[in-house]
Amino acid sequence: MRKTCLDQVYELAKNDPRIFFVGSDLGYETLKQFKSEMPDRFFMEGVSEANLIGISAGLGLEGKIVYANTIATFLSRRCFEQIVLDMALHHVNVRLIANGGGLVYAPLGPTHLAIDDLAILRAVPNMTIVAPCDAQEMKRLMPLTVDYQGPMYIRMAKCGDPIVSSDHIPFKIGKAMALREGKDALIVTTGITLGLALKAAVILGKEGVETAILHMPTIKPLDHEMLLDYVRQTSVIVTIEEHSVIGGLGSAVAETILEANFDTIKNFKRIGIPDVFASSYGTQEDLMRLYGITADNLCAVVKQLRDSKVKVVV
Amino acid sequence: MEAKSLLASSTALDARSKLLRQQIVKVLKFSRRGHVGAAFSLVEILRVLYDDILRFDPHNPRDVKRDRCILSKGHGCLALYTILSQKGFFPESELWKFCAPDGMLGGHPEHKIPGVEASTGSLGHGLSLGVGMALNGRYEKSDHRIFVIIGDGESNEGSVWEAALCAGKHKLDKLTVIVDYNKQQSYATTMEVQDMEPFADKWQAFGFAVQEIDGHDVDALRNALKGIPFHTGKPNALICHTVKGKGVSYVENNLNWHHKNKITNEEIESLLKELA
Repeated sequence: MRKTCLDQVYELAKNDPRIFFVGSDLGYETLKQFKSEMPDRFFMEGVSEANLIGISAGLGLEGKIVYANTIATFLSRRCFEQIVLDMALHHVNVRLIANGGGLVYAPLGPTHLAIDDLAILRAVPNMTIVAPCDAQEMKRLMPLTVDYQGPMYIRMAKCGDPIVSSDHIPFKIGKAMALREGKDALIVTTGITLGLALKAAVILGKEGVETAILHMPTIKPLDHEMLLDYVRQTSVIVTIEEHSVIGGLGSAVAETILEANFDTIKNFKRIGIPDVFASSYGTQEDLMRLYGITADNLCAVVKQLRDSKVKVVV
Repeated sequence: MEAKSLLASSTALDARSKLLRQQIVKVLKFSRRGHVGAAFSLVEILRVLYDDILRFDPHNPRDVKRDRCILSKGHGCLALYTILSQKGFFPESELWKFCAPDGMLGGHPEHKIPGVEASTGSLGHGLSLGVGMALNGRYEKSDHRIFVIIGDGESNEGSVWEAALCAGKHKLDKLTVIVDYNKQQSYATTMEVQDMEPFADKWQAFGFAVQEIDGHDVDALRNALKGIPFHTGKPNALICHTVKGKGVSYVENNLNWHHKNKITNEEIESLLKELA
């Protein structure tokens, strides 16, 4: 996905002189061709994320479209105020390409795990947040980012994730996609968790549980309309994300469902990273397994919610 | 250098400088609040920029060929607003609605105000924005210049120095940092809170061509700013030695006047009397 994204930046920039690239201290020969062919629009400014955002916003104030790139934690937490004030308050067309959203950098420890980026950025006015599920979805997204108005955060997975998206469904920023129909349960996904949901749905289907899957690559603005259409049809909803259960997709979905004030009971659960720092290393899959961000746990949670009775606390 | 000599500036104010300060006080009459000390130390810097140096058209505030001036020290905005309204960017009537619910002008400047280049107020942001603008100016092969006014307390922010590194790296000689070096922060003098000396040396070390002047000497300001770039291939740092609260004896260097709330009629009358 990362290669696809940066290849896209290069291709888009070749055809549009408004497009600039600003990196921090990325890997050797990152966007080598971009630098060689469009040196005036290529910047690598070192380990200084506040400045990275500031200069990107300054370029944005002058009408340029800027793709700024570094590791997700440093492109969200580290320079959060710059994102809020320089980018969002000024409503500039800066796109943050965030490497390694979620648990991608598992071996590197908590300093590099973007477990809260969706939460903190969701609270920023004017911000758009997109987490594509695979390289193909990223390829569909990128051309749409050129003329999209306002700042955007693009959460990248690692390279090599399986292709699970559907090219039959047109990709639109701000729109959810129904990848599967079913009235027994609804699974809501973002980023790579679509792959887990598709696996879980097959397993559940064999047990007679028909599950709808709503993929929401855009977390902000959330497609409330489509979400509520699908929530209306079922009484079991599970969200699954490679992000803290606090403040991300699950919270966004919960807010929407609760404020819809349905007459019928909705059984709901967020699957994600608990409110802890990672205390072990290993691979991304190891950590996802540890936190239950798996197809198996998704099946278990769906069945648990279907079987649960509502407890009324007086 | 002794602290006292750093704080002193005996430069007399001419009629225009007094009038601009009177205008600031008239704004305070309506709002009853404001960063008075910070605004008073900026008056000559802004006056010379807008009278003699900047190229702009108040009827076309976003003209691409304009010089850009970012007040990164956003809390000094009373001085900026009075100059902008005088230059015709917006009607004087807006001044009397400073900080009002229906007012366009708030306690920190916002980009939506005609003539304001960036929303500032949280210190340390303006220089990076200016660097981005200067990089764009070079890309567009334009001869417009970028000026970023920062405070000395603001220079405590690491982000200022990230931006300075970047400006030096890119040799942005159309970028000028103007430091309102009034030696006072909110809590105490800069010497006590975070001494920035040797200040000029720091800017030089970051690749800037540096000049230091009396920031209330209109001629010195004019001569220095007309001499930009100070050195081809280097961004410029103009360190302006100023006095916080300059123009009113009991406001000068008085930490109680960093920000004033509930300004009384008596205080307004007293300020105007001193500035007559």
